[in-house]
Amino acid sequence: MSELIRLTAHELASKIHSGEVSAVEAVQAHLDRIAEVDGEVHAFLHVATEAALANAALVDEAVRAGTAPASPLAGVPLALKDVFTTVDMPTTCGSKILEGWRPPYDATLTARLRAAGITILGKTNMDEFAMGSSTEHSAYGPTRNPWDLSRIPGGSGGGSAAALAAFEAPLAIGTDTGGSIRQPAAVTGTVGVKPTYGGVSRYGLVACASSLDQGGPCARTVLDAALLHEVVAGHDPLDSTSIDAPVPAVVEAARIGAQGDLSGVRVGVVRELGGEGYQPGVRASFDAALRRLEKLGAEVVEVSCPHFEYGLAAYYLILPSEVSSNLARFDAMRYGLRVDKGASAEEVMAATREAGFGPEAKRRIILGTYALSSGYYDAYYGQAQKVRTLISRDFAAAFEQADVLVSPTAPTTAFPIGEKVDDPLAMYLNDLATIPTNLAGVAGMSVPSGLAEEDGLPVGLQIMAPALGEAVMYRVGAAFEAARDADEGGPLIARVPEVAK
Amino acid sequence: MTTTAPALVDYDEVVARYEPTLGLEVHVELSTSTKMFCGCPTDFGAEPNTQVCPTCLGLPGSLPVVNRAAVEAAIRIGLALNCSIAPWGRFARKNYFYPDMPKNFQTSQYDEPIAVDGWMDVQLEDGEVVRVGIERAHMEEDTGKSLHVGGADGRIHGAEYSLLDYNRAGVPLIEIVTKMIPGTGARAPEVARAYVTQLRDLIKSLGVSDVRMDQGSMRCDVNLSLSPAGSGVLGTRTETKNVNSLRSVERAVRHEMQRQAGVLDAGGAIVQETRHFEEQSGTTRPGRRKETSEDYRYFPEPDLVPIAPSAEWVEELRGTLPELPWEHRKRIQEAWGLSDEELRDLVNAGALELIEATVAAGAPAGEARSWWVAYLAQQANARGVELAGLPITPAQVARVIALVASGDLNNKLARQVVDGVLAGEGEPDEVVEKRGLKVVSDDSALVAAVDEALAAQPDVVEKIKAGKVQAAGAIVGAVMKATKGQADAKRVRELILERCS
Repeated sequence: MSELIRLTAHELASKIHSGEVSAVEAVQAHLDRIAEVDGEVHAFLHVATEAALANAALVDEAVRAGTAPASPLAGVPLALKDVFTTVDMPTTCGSKILEGWRPPYDATLTARLRAAGITILGKTNMDEFAMGSSTEHSAYGPTRNPWDLSRIPGGSGGGSAAALAAFEAPLAIGTDTGGSIRQPAAVTGTVGVKPTYGGVSRYGLVACASSLDQGGPCARTVLDAALLHEVVAGHDPLDSTSIDAPVPAVVEAARIGAQGDLSGVRVGVVRELGGEGYQPGVRASFDAALRRLEKLGAEVVEVSCPHFEYGLAAYYLILPSEVSSNLARFDAMRYGLRVDKGASAEEVMAATREAGFGPEAKRRIILGTYALSSGYYDAYYGQAQKVRTLISRDFAAAFEQADVLVSPTAPTTAFPIGEKVDDPLAMYLNDLATIPTNLAGVAGMSVPSGLAEEDGLPVGLQIMAPALGEAVMYRVGAAFEAARDADEGGPLIARVPEVAK
Repeated sequence: MTTTAPALVDYDEVVARYEPTLGLEVHVELSTSTKMFCGCPTDFGAEPNTQVCPTCLGLPGSLPVVNRAAVEAAIRIGLALNCSIAPWGRFARKNYFYPDMPKNFQTSQYDEPIAVDGWMDVQLEDGEVVRVGIERAHMEEDTGKSLHVGGADGRIHGAEYSLLDYNRAGVPLIEIVTKMIPGTGARAPEVARAYVTQLRDLIKSLGVSDVRMDQGSMRCDVNLSLSPAGSGVLGTRTETKNVNSLRSVERAVRHEMQRQAGVLDAGGAIVQETRHFEEQSGTTRPGRRKETSEDYRYFPEPDLVPIAPSAEWVEELRGTLPELPWEHRKRIQEAWGLSDEELRDLVNAGALELIEATVAAGAPAGEARSWWVAYLAQQANARGVELAGLPITPAQVARVIALVASGDLNNKLARQVVDGVLAGEGEPDEVVEKRGLKVVSDDSALVAAVDEALAAQPDVVEKIKAGKVQAAGAIVGAVMKATKGQADAKRVRELILERCS
């Protein structure tokens, strides 16, 4: 295995920009790694070998010419979740209904990656239209967790997280509607950040639930995530919900945090995101994390968010409602799959949607159609929106008592593939702790907190911050990471076993 | 469903026994240069599918951004209709599947329209004024256009295939809905027509739409119900679509009254349904049944932020409202001393605006009016075009009038100049130049011509000298003949009298 793939994005970028390593070499090392292990891991749906090498060659040319790098991450390879549009690669969203679709336009996020000189290695696997917590709902087969290939890598962004954990890429992009960046990060021992809603443009992000979706960075270290965060975040006039405000200085915050001093920082433990329903090893790891935060000088306080218990129920009304509308456009008339069965447009639409959507997508479309239907709207969608307001108020009150809030990211470690795929309710519980941030539009991240004693699998610590409060979140995350790595003799990700072939 | 429709009832009988209640829904396509939610142009008649982008094609990942100019136009329309402007409102999604709707939902305002609760005083031909209440005016996007090929009558039923043009998809529309209009009795058709006519004039005066019913930039749906006279019970209504001219509005109302009375007289019940107006026969036929009223599953559009026009902006826009067209006409009528009939003729001939523009370009009202209603009207007639369609501008007409006033042209020459302009020979001055039409105003040349004529007719000279001034006419004629009509007859007369004194 080339040592290049073990480097952090920050280290790799320094070597490329100094000319010590060429960007082409770096990309080639990752392409080789993908060729070596992705047959087992199945993190990628599409690998863009030629385009990746071509981009790397451009970066090398600039380095040779002495031009300043396009960004601190220029030349670093990245795995892009297959939910962002790309003109030079297919965009399937893990669905048969978009098999082979080549978008005529780049997402704003894609364009920003390109402008930063980052090399897009390819598109990563995901639950169909980002609906799921295991990547088992991809139409193209599940992704496997590099920690244990018989287990799920989380979802919906399991492909991006697994690519990081399998050293197929040092950086990745995910999207988080209810935990799809953070829960995969937790179960793969990586870092994942859901920025403030509106912090990263959604233009070109194929919508799951518009009011909840947020793209964000995935990496193996907090600093790498921060570097990527600053590349992709920022106002976009093409997205009306994008925030027109300066991007929080998260790189600086991560650097300050890594110095290991959290004195003066108040960390709130959300009472309602603990206790029953969490695997013992997850709870133990979380308790250890709290002690570690205290040791760093943070003041740990308990806060209560009484309406969080309704979060999951509200989420499963709002999300399907928006999904049922967002996914209506897949009707065979203009792009994607077309099943020419029947004489009328309606029949072709119905046949195409029947063949093109998987069971989870259909389940949520049906749920959402029902929740929005006349006579039920107030009882379901209307009530859920009220809960959403109450959860936002809970956050507002809690953030008066604490600078960040913490909880375990997911209730369990990675579960075996197949275990919950036929039990939607059990699957939905995975996102219990991550959903409230999406409902309220605030920021959240997951950093590795340790391994669960009973199964030796990674556990994540969730850190939440107010809207546009990413700086303090990164600071706490980086401080925690540095302390954990120092105490444990190195990063958690170094302990991931080599992929068995 | 009965196969033979009951006979139409004689109109006088209908109004003797039934009381009609009207409701009118008018869609106006705004003439903004770009679409409602994207930057695509809105030119009418462009090659199919050339004015499209990811957003108006509803491609996966695309997002809408509200066109400020469209909001401005909507507010101005609302203000002109005496509506209140909502200080805060959201767009909603109206969900239904149809091939010409790219997203399979229409982004429209639903329960939070931008303008509510207004009125317009509609004046009928005999001067009677009916106040029509305005329920609401709201913004929405237009759909694409379907062309059904191979069927008997261009309808989707029986068609072999359909062609879709998305140029119109996303063009901004304002829908203006009246409150119920009761108590119009026999004048219901006339009121409907007068309302739509006046609304058209109003919107045109705002400069926000070209309101061409023939091009579909203004479309009208007629809601009508009958109740037995004096019963006070509201009848079941039908909604008649495809009413594409002012005349059709009147005919559709009249026909629906006669048809519904026939059904009721025969003991039948009116079916709540959408009907289509047939221009040829002047009748309506049933369209989509509304038995199971379609459930559009409205919910607030999560991809857009609320529209919140500030009070200052609304007041600023109120300040831009032009004089109401009917008030304007009244003022013009008084200023020009026109009778009601003369005014109506000018309006019907489409001459009023042209005359005003000519006056605005410096011409006296009398001359401006006389040019447009006489010579130019003849020319338009001869060419089979509307007055406004003549290839001459009010400014050019004003220039011709100015040339006559300054004595550079006489009326006969002026008509030749106008002919030249109409023939595309350029500006009036260029035509004068090219055709050599200038009145001979050089006195020395004229004096020579006058002296020559006087010398040729000494007997006339004697008469003039004897005080018979009117005898000068013969000399004038001779001089005009000699100068090929280019002399100023008035000046010629003066010179003759001078020379004979």
